[in-house]
Amino acid sequence: MNEITQRFGRPLGACFILLVLLWLAGLVLVPNLTMLDFALRPNLPATQLGGPKDGYSFDNFLYLWNHPSHGWIFLKTIWSSALVTVLTFLICYPLAYWLGQVSTPRQTSALLVLLTVPYLMNEVLRGLAWYIILAFDGPLNAALVHLGLLSEPVRWYGDGGVLAGMAYAYLLFMLLPIYNSVSTLDHAQIDAARDLGAGTLRIHRRVVLPHAKVGIATGCVFTFMLAAGSYMAPALLGAPGSRWFTQLIYDWFFESGNWNRGAAYGVTLLVLCLVAVLGMLRLFQVNLTSAVK
Amino acid sequence: MTNTVSLLDVEMRFAASLAIRRMSLEVRSGEFFSILGPSGCGKTTLLRMISGFLQPTSGKILIDGQDMRDVPANRRSTAMIFQSLALFPLMPVWENIAFGLEVRGMSKARRRQEAERLLELIALPGYGERMPHELSGGQRQRVAIARALAIEPKVLLLDEPLSALDLKLRQRMRAELRELQKRTGVTFIYITHDQSEALAMSDRVAVMSAGELQQVGEPLELYTNPATAFVAEFVGENNIMSGTVIDTFGDYAVLEGAHGRFVGRRSATLRPQMKARLYVRPESLSVDRQETENRLVAISKRFDFEGAFATAHAVVPHDSDPLSVQLAIPHQHLGQAPDIGKSFVAGFSRQDAVVLAHE
Ligand SMILES: Nc1ncnc2c1ncn2[C@@H]1O[C@H](COP(=O)(O)OP(=O)(O)OP(=O)(O)O)[C@@H](O)[C@H]1O
Ligand SMILES: [Mg+2]
Repeated sequence: MNEITQRFGRPLGACFILLVLLWLAGLVLVPNLTMLDFALRPNLPATQLGGPKDGYSFDNFLYLWNHPSHGWIFLKTIWSSALVTVLTFLICYPLAYWLGQVSTPRQTSALLVLLTVPYLMNEVLRGLAWYIILAFDGPLNAALVHLGLLSEPVRWYGDGGVLAGMAYAYLLFMLLPIYNSVSTLDHAQIDAARDLGAGTLRIHRRVVLPHAKVGIATGCVFTFMLAAGSYMAPALLGAPGSRWFTQLIYDWFFESGNWNRGAAYGVTLLVLCLVAVLGMLRLFQVNLTSAVK
Repeated sequence: MTNTVSLLDVEMRFAASLAIRRMSLEVRSGEFFSILGPSGCGKTTLLRMISGFLQPTSGKILIDGQDMRDVPANRRSTAMIFQSLALFPLMPVWENIAFGLEVRGMSKARRRQEAERLLELIALPGYGERMPHELSGGQRQRVAIARALAIEPKVLLLDEPLSALDLKLRQRMRAELRELQKRTGVTFIYITHDQSEALAMSDRVAVMSAGELQQVGEPLELYTNPATAFVAEFVGENNIMSGTVIDTFGDYAVLEGAHGRFVGRRSATLRPQMKARLYVRPESLSVDRQETENRLVAISKRFDFEGAFATAHAVVPHDSDPLSVQLAIPHQHLGQAPDIGKSFVAGFSRQDAVVLAHE
């Protein structure tokens, strides 16, 4: 606070602080409190609003608790999001290492451009692209059958499709933070470890991974939160029977018109995801501030 | 005496340039061997080939008589001290030191013990739990050395390890390094571009220039008998007189230049008519001499008192090519030093001068 007023002077500093507070209040605090307010009230016809039945209770949360099938969907969402996070990490780490330590500057910029270009397209179109690629009579099946790797087309929609679509959608959110931290590692440290006899695995385990830990944690948090809150990929690429928790929330809001129950589901997702993320950070022994940096 | 490291006709070509040209070199076991040369002459390249980070384009590198082609860096019995030290910042000092032992599968208890023994050796007992950033520059330096010595390498490769330190610390670390080398008996290959460092520390020195070996020899040999003009000019201070060889007899050559005719020792390949330079050290040029040859009439310009001796800067006047000379005068002879602005006669013996070809 003091630092800001010192750096920008009093009036300008005060302006900045005010803007930040407004932003926090307007975009974080108010919507979430409204959500909570909704979640704690019963769903009533407009005429009974403010009437004797309109009071706070945990009924909406208990509803979720009392419907194990919804609980399972919730667990599956968390589990699949974790899987997406791991998968994306496994794809991104070698790539980030190559970009940060091995490639020439020209290769680095070429690859980064190639990776960014698809993100200029909007998310729905990117999802649709996968929808088309993974279709039963789509190009992936055609190619694999043609190459003789498959004897007949495979049904990709479902968990596999969702996983692939999400891993792709959140690639950059994982890649960039890891690349950022790997590229700050002094290459001499890798040479030194090798010179002392270490093999590739040990170099990564003892030197590169610890150095990139914060970047990895950041990438994992981003990917996990995005995956858990994603609606489009599961809706497009999921099998009809396997639903994502966000789809349940959507249904409460827009199919059943029960905003209160939808809000309760939303708040539950938010809180439990935060718990999962904090647990993850504890596991990595990274604190939240350095991860967000 | 056996050789620890041998280079046979080694050549290293990068896309654009030839960094090392056909070089052969023998490093004996247990010696402190320095590689001396100006920036960009290929010293680091040479070291990276010995340690296995670079494959020579052609030629062979032997360590203990074994061909090192196809032996990767992590399987060579060399250890390198990097210019930046490259300590692992996230490991405490003792883990840094024991890293090579961890790789070799030593138990944690024994690693700790070994690290403590090495910390003793580098005079930092009890520093094991510190992190590298909690050490001073000189202490970090010593930890890097301990980390390299831990794997008991046959050869320790040091790439200008003292260049980041200030002068005082550098001088102390020189003595410590030298002492450590004597105590451990490990072969040191030490890279530096500081000629006084190389002369002070080494058993033998290789002088390099532009990817080529100029001369390999003991420090005194390099100082008194430089083999090439480059060595004469790079190692120590020298007074330089250019001219043409007009005669050679026995081990001597006569050089004629703008400032007269001079006689000095010559290299075997020197022939009359060749362009050459005569080199004479400031301490070999003196005022009180009654030489019949090798005389210069100079005007004293400046006088730098440096303690044990003083350096007199003088100029031999000439219309187009005035010659600057330096004389080192021991402090007990300061009475004979020429007065500033006065002209005086300086001379040197033919024994103390060398004539070397210089295009
Ligand atoms: N990876 C490389 N690719 C291309 N050229 C290189 C490479 N490494 C070194 N060179 C070139 O080889 C020559 C020797 O480089 P080297 O690093 O061995 O010099 P050096 O003697 O260690 O210099 P310094 O004292 O400045 O460290 C230089 O001209 C350099 O530009
Ligand atoms: Mg170098």
